[in-house]
Amino acid sequence: MFQNLTDRLQSIFADLTGKGRLSEADVDAAMREIRMALLEADVNFKVVKSFVASVRERAIGAEVTSSLTPGQAVVRIVLEELTTLLGAGEARLTFTGRIPGIVMLVGLQGSGKTTAAAKLANLLRKQGKRPLLVACDVYRPAAIDQLEALGKELDIPVYRGEGADPVAIAKAGVKSAIDTMRDTVIIDTAGRLHVDEEMMAEAARIRDAVRPDQIVMVVDAMTGQDAVAAATAFAERVAFDGVIVSKLDGDARGGAALSVKSVTGRPILFAGVGEKLDALEPFHPDRMARRILGMGDVVSLIEKAQETMDAEETADLEERLKKAQFTFDDFLTQLRQVKKMGGLGNIMKMLPGAGQLKELADADIDEKQLDRTAAIIQSMTAEERRNPKIINGSRRERIARGSGMTVTDVNRLIKQFEQAKKMMKQLQGGAGGKGRKGRFKLPPGMTPPL
Amino acid sequence: MTTPWYKRISEGLTKSRERLEGQINVILDRGPDLDEEFWEDLEDALIGADIGVTAVSEIVERLRDSAARKALPDAGAVIDHLAEELAREVTTEAPDILDETPVTVLVVGVNGTGKTTTVGKLATEAARAGKRVLLGSGDTFRAAAVEQLDIWAERAGVPVIRRERGADPAAVAFDTVAAANEQRPDLTLIDTAGRLHTSPDLMRELQKVQRVVARESRAPVKVVLVMDATTGQNGLAQAREFDAALDVDAIVLTKLDGTAKGGIAVAVARELGVPIVRIGVGESADDLKPFIPEEFARALVGRG
Repeated sequence: MFQNLTDRLQSIFADLTGKGRLSEADVDAAMREIRMALLEADVNFKVVKSFVASVRERAIGAEVTSSLTPGQAVVRIVLEELTTLLGAGEARLTFTGRIPGIVMLVGLQGSGKTTAAAKLANLLRKQGKRPLLVACDVYRPAAIDQLEALGKELDIPVYRGEGADPVAIAKAGVKSAIDTMRDTVIIDTAGRLHVDEEMMAEAARIRDAVRPDQIVMVVDAMTGQDAVAAATAFAERVAFDGVIVSKLDGDARGGAALSVKSVTGRPILFAGVGEKLDALEPFHPDRMARRILGMGDVVSLIEKAQETMDAEETADLEERLKKAQFTFDDFLTQLRQVKKMGGLGNIMKMLPGAGQLKELADADIDEKQLDRTAAIIQSMTAEERRNPKIINGSRRERIARGSGMTVTDVNRLIKQFEQAKKMMKQLQGGAGGKGRKGRFKLPPGMTPPL
Repeated sequence: MTTPWYKRISEGLTKSRERLEGQINVILDRGPDLDEEFWEDLEDALIGADIGVTAVSEIVERLRDSAARKALPDAGAVIDHLAEELAREVTTEAPDILDETPVTVLVVGVNGTGKTTTVGKLATEAARAGKRVLLGSGDTFRAAAVEQLDIWAERAGVPVIRRERGADPAAVAFDTVAAANEQRPDLTLIDTAGRLHTSPDLMRELQKVQRVVARESRAPVKVVLVMDATTGQNGLAQAREFDAALDVDAIVLTKLDGTAKGGIAVAVARELGVPIVRIGVGESADDLKPFIPEEFARALVGRG
């Protein structure tokens, strides 16, 4: 796999420091790397072309040539330009004020419309609205059942009309919202292959029948070069107002989002970041830019950590770390938190550069190691966890049997634990109470001991 | 050479063909010279087909080489050569596992690629060919996935083993295989919930399903990965991860009926060597077609 763009640019410009001047060849080499990074991220090649041209212009300008670290200067420019392209500031779903407000979702098959509809309903309810979901996908077998099941899960009503005419269902749905005092209507439409004229025309008919405040296109983050064709077709036929990028919880770099934004000019409103129904977030252009460039997403990582870590547990742990009272129980807590965050592999992927580093990709992080370590600790008695000193030979044997590991494994873990504790003590002694720094550190001994 | 079914694929690929063909025609219109501009534009055209920048660089490099070695006279000759190169990339020697009998097939993939639809279409295809088919409704996560497969099963007239939503997928797989061991169908298809290849827990769940099926099934067990033809370079990561976790035997490429070019199939086939066995070119039950590399490649570059 390729390295992080920052590193690649750094190596291109490595000899440059001191020369104070960028040669044409240096700039061209840098532009090739940028082009490569964007194409690997599925940004449409035409978008890439014009983007690279505009970056090139700035790169041969004074801000780079006068920089002592031209590599970083170029990366900064690329980030800035990308962020601007993705939409400066956060865009929002806007309603005209008419009651009920209507949002209509469109998109290709399998892009995640139905799930997005449910997530959006959930989000709007959190903002104080009373949404009604309207199921207009009469084509895919059981699509209406799917929306109904999701609505049930959320305890949000779903309108499923009679018959097979989606336009009639949409209209009746809006009427039903008025009758049942719902102030927001979310219409889920049939997924379509955008070449399908008939279905496109149907989306336009639904639009004309209910005149939604906002039409939102759902775009799968994993979409390739075709995203532009799909978005253009939808923009022409149904004129959508904004975009939801779905499936951003995977490792897709989501260049399709940039393509759609830059070709249609429509803002990206939300990002789908998980299977759970609350996993819909406001879209952050700056983070997306970093992601497209493969530069990791530290902010998201920290947010995820804060989300998953029990605040009280963390504070407690911090206190104990300060006093070097770290026990096997604390160790176990940390292990669980790492697991909750999706395992070491997932955390690595979010670290800047780490996702693409060859060394790490080859390192083959053994997620099972976490389970094994947890099993060993869980086979200890409460007293043993608090006071590992009492773990003698026969206790070790019992722990090994209980966890299905060998005595050597148990020994190794205990040894690592003691070393880590010693290190912490030294750190405490030297750094004098700067325990906060340890907050998001991985637990000691996390490097696979076996 | 136009085989009867070729027309369908060709229609399915029309848009992609028009686009790549259109681009290629633009390149050709400029003249027969094999200059730098020609190679660059050719590279762009192929990247635009989702073949991926690494694969494209190599393919174009090889074309350049052939152009010099075989003394290809002009741009037109190079383009003709392109289809052959692409066909070679997606050709494997592996037999079509879906033709084996009996066989138990686990159908896997990321969310929204069309797994359930593919299971439905494969069931219809096999039932029409006079085979005895059994379905397992292993997507117990997505709302109404079970109902969706029920509808397909009813249309195809084949039995389906199911449990309620939220049930353990491994338990459904177990039930399905137990029924298959008794009923001895020719083809057993087990649907699974879509999952991102980056979710270790969900991948482990799938491995468990595979273990249960492999342990219980009397028929040989195969894994089919369903991929969306509109997928970009992430498709490589998908294929790699699913292959690492489950040892994928074959790929079904769906949704080739959009403007999607399905070039990711080229990238995946060349990296993993997993054969593509079917392509989905439409929404009706009989729109699942066999995959023939030469036809696919020719349709892709508009030289059908």
